Amino acid sequence: MSFDHRKLSRRSVLAGTAAGAVLLGAPAIVRAQTKALKIAVLLPQSGYLAQAGQSCHRGALVAPSVLSDFGHQVELIHIDMESNPDVARTQTERAINEGAQCIVGAFDSAGTLAIAQVCEQRQVPLIVNIGAAPQLTEQGYKFLVRNFPTGGMLVKNGLHQIQALIDATKIAPKTAVFLHANDNFGMAQRKGMDALFPTAGLPFKLLESIAYDPKAQDLSVEVTKIRGLNPDLLLVVTRAADAIKLVRDTVRQKFQPMGIISPGAPGLYDEEFYKALGPLADYHIDALPWANPKSKVTQALEAAFKKQQPNYRFAVECFNVGFTFDALLIAADAFKRAGTATGPELMKALMATNLVDHTMIGPPIKFDAKGQNVDIPSGCVQNRAQTPTVVLPAEVATMTPVLPMPPWQGRT
Amino acid sequence: MSGLWHNAGWHGKAIALLLLLAFLAAPLVSDRYLLSVLILVFYFAYLGQAWNLLMGFAGQLSLGHALYLGLGAYTATALWTLFGIGPWIGVFIAIPVAAAAGMFVGWLGWRFAIEGVYFALLTIAFAEFTRIGFDHLQITGASGGLFLSVNGPGADKWWNLGGGPLLYYYLSLILAVGATFLVARLRQSSLGYRWLAVRENPEAAQAVGINIFRARMIAMLISSSMTAVGGVFYGFYYRNLFPSQVFDISRSIELILAPIIGGLGTIFGPVVGAIILTPLGESLTGLMEAFGINAPGAKLIFYGIVLMIIISLRPDGVWPWLARHLKLDGARK
Amino acid sequence: MTAITLNVIVQGVLTGLVYGLMALGLSVIFGVMRVVNFAHGEFTVIAMYAAFILFEVLHIDPLIALLPIAAVFFGIGYLLQRTLITPFIGRAEHEQFILLVGLATVIVNGILLIFGPDARPINLPYSFDSYTVGSLFIDKVRVLAAIAALAVAAALFLFFRYTRTGTAIRACADNLTGAGVVGLNVKQLYAVTFGLGLACVGAAGTLMATIADASPGLAQAYTLLAFTIVIVGGLGSMVGALVGGILIGVSEALAGFYIQPSMKSMFSFALLIIVLVLRPQGLLGRRL
Repeated sequence: MSFDHRKLSRRSVLAGTAAGAVLLGAPAIVRAQTKALKIAVLLPQSGYLAQAGQSCHRGALVAPSVLSDFGHQVELIHIDMESNPDVARTQTERAINEGAQCIVGAFDSAGTLAIAQVCEQRQVPLIVNIGAAPQLTEQGYKFLVRNFPTGGMLVKNGLHQIQALIDATKIAPKTAVFLHANDNFGMAQRKGMDALFPTAGLPFKLLESIAYDPKAQDLSVEVTKIRGLNPDLLLVVTRAADAIKLVRDTVRQKFQPMGIISPGAPGLYDEEFYKALGPLADYHIDALPWANPKSKVTQALEAAFKKQQPNYRFAVECFNVGFTFDALLIAADAFKRAGTATGPELMKALMATNLVDHTMIGPPIKFDAKGQNVDIPSGCVQNRAQTPTVVLPAEVATMTPVLPMPPWQGRT
Repeated sequence: MSGLWHNAGWHGKAIALLLLLAFLAAPLVSDRYLLSVLILVFYFAYLGQAWNLLMGFAGQLSLGHALYLGLGAYTATALWTLFGIGPWIGVFIAIPVAAAAGMFVGWLGWRFAIEGVYFALLTIAFAEFTRIGFDHLQITGASGGLFLSVNGPGADKWWNLGGGPLLYYYLSLILAVGATFLVARLRQSSLGYRWLAVRENPEAAQAVGINIFRARMIAMLISSSMTAVGGVFYGFYYRNLFPSQVFDISRSIELILAPIIGGLGTIFGPVVGAIILTPLGESLTGLMEAFGINAPGAKLIFYGIVLMIIISLRPDGVWPWLARHLKLDGARK
Repeated sequence: MTAITLNVIVQGVLTGLVYGLMALGLSVIFGVMRVVNFAHGEFTVIAMYAAFILFEVLHIDPLIALLPIAAVFFGIGYLLQRTLITPFIGRAEHEQFILLVGLATVIVNGILLIFGPDARPINLPYSFDSYTVGSLFIDKVRVLAAIAALAVAAALFLFFRYTRTGTAIRACADNLTGAGVVGLNVKQLYAVTFGLGLACVGAAGTLMATIADASPGLAQAYTLLAFTIVIVGGLGSMVGALVGGILIGVSEALAGFYIQPSMKSMFSFALLIIVLVLRPQGLLGRRL
């Protein structure tokens, strides 16, 4: 629980309190031109996506001071969209009424698209911090940009990284099984996998793709099924706590793959994962975009995060925190170049983004005509001593990858 | 409605007219945020009316109305995205699809004498079964979701439900007012009296020659059809659908709150309930922010407490109590 | 039958027993008082957090913590019944529903506020152990939890069968008017019943915490699961709740294994529909 000290200007909301007040309405607040860009950050801080939403929120909390050091003035409105598109939509309207000139959000696709409707109509740019459904940038929204890979991109880059891992560690896996949550994130990657794996030229065979119910209470049957197939590699797209269940049942059933690798999904690098599994959390690999430890932006962000969020580890949170911060940075950078926060101008500046220094590994941030950043590479992050550690690509790696992973026995 | 109108006192008529005028004129004076909240109010009032027909009038507890909402939404949006069939035609395909599902659930339930909580669980089971089914239905994108473009041919035309808040505001207002008229009309009809007889005392109703099964099936037919229209509205308003969102049990729960809090079995209960609950959620969010509290979950704690207080103090709902105090007798059930 | 199928069935049985114990609490409350406890899963999750705290702070094994947690839950249930629930006894289901949905909302978000969204694991020294029987791997925690669930269910069964209070509660369930006429203190008995129901939930939640990690998001799924099991097994039948749990556990496991894991809950709901239609009193319930 944290307390934000923000301005009190909630007239329009309070007006909505009483049904009678409907008549009175609330005068639209004139958009003021100030020096600071006013950004509303909508995240699912409660509801079923709370874990990731709160992690992103911590990034947004740290951002203003770091941005200020880089010469950007931003004023943030933090909004909990409760993992509920209805709330996302009305709160976006409210935020814009209150002077928000740009929106950042919202981790999940349904919430993001609810916001996108409003942004499109009101001509206020929406910067998607996280959201992998390819369709977000395929539906023709003119006021939406996304600095996050689509499910297909994640898989494509993930498969590349798996090839690089095989080259670097000299393992020779023959078979693999792909296990994914049957939700919109898992399905986006499943579709990517179905399309890309056959032509990716990887040296192993994909035995089966298994979907599991994200509402499932345990994964023991899934693991038994995988054990029956006995693959060398287990490729997984999990949701947060599912990764714990997966590894726990894998250990209990004494199934020992060469490695558990995710082509870019949460779960394997969450704090709860380390707390639940201890040494058994080690050596799992996630191939996903990651904070670049050698970037000066990352270093500044990390220093500020350590100071302001001492209860959380930057190394663990840097995916959510980094993408949320970069979204804010993109907004601030465009604002500086545009010299104005008027929606269409700001959007034009956003589309012309060419941002060299940012948090996540990769070339300068640019958007294609659809508003998608098509070049967000993945790195390989391996859990080492219960810390996610970059092991590939070599130029940003701080350790070398270890595969096959050491057996479960003898880890504790 | 005419009977209702004549029964209402002069100030009842005045209030109703003033409120309607206020809602009609609201876009002239209120900002977009308020409109977006009002759209939700009318949307929930509308769905509340649909659900209330089955529960409030025919006495059958459905906790699975998300099934009809989802089927309506998916049918119309899939027809649009896959075949370019616009929502004004799509809605007439969505209605029979959802109604067929409703009739099937009703037939199964009432033919096999599944009553009360058992019937409620049957409706949940069907909704959940369908949710998982749609999670695997590839043609509508399975769990990956169904998306509506904003720049496809004709996507921005009002007759394809492409448009700004005004379109959706008046659409939702028309739906809510239309549903209220329809419900009032049905309530006064012989069908309405049969429903009440069946609800209050099925044995006695049967004894006087009312076909209970038929009465309930008609209620289900109208209720599920209306809910399907709400689903079409939802699909085009948000322009994306996920089975885990639209078929979820929390959808079924949220759409029954307004009619129960407002007053089950009354004509204006669902409207009053929606006018209370949606702005309640919004103003709690506003209040939390005004006090500088960023505590995810706190708002919903208060919301839950308010629900418990209202149902404890006004188990019949707020509207009957309000009507008594405002002396709007025509609105009593 | 292959060894791996047998393994899947064993897992289903063991998990199903713990589910069954959770459902037993619901069966007691619903069967006796006709109160539809839609906050059932939420109470289960509270018990999981209680087990987590006792383990983290005092290092008490959940198998032992089960007793104090069940006792406290009995107290909570007793008080809740006396204060919040009593006015709703005999009221329409939808009113109870709103009350308990409100309560559930408060509980879930209260947990989120206090503990945050992360899953909270209990890392027992034997969390990762499993017994090897032939070619079968059977989790130690599941075996222990299932045995404990059986023990708790047996204790409850003996209570209802052989104690005066137990018999009196059954009398209330069978014939409320009659029970009042012969001078039973129905209010008191109802409070005890709700207490017992929650004690069951307390025990089940504690055991559940050894199998699953406590998090706010679990609650709704548990509520649905408990209702499914109770209806399938048969309302008011104690053995039915356990059998229902096993049946659901095994059918989900087999469906997950042979068809598709992401579709396994479909089979539970299909089973629920079939039972409602063909045998509404449940597999082991008495005729309605």
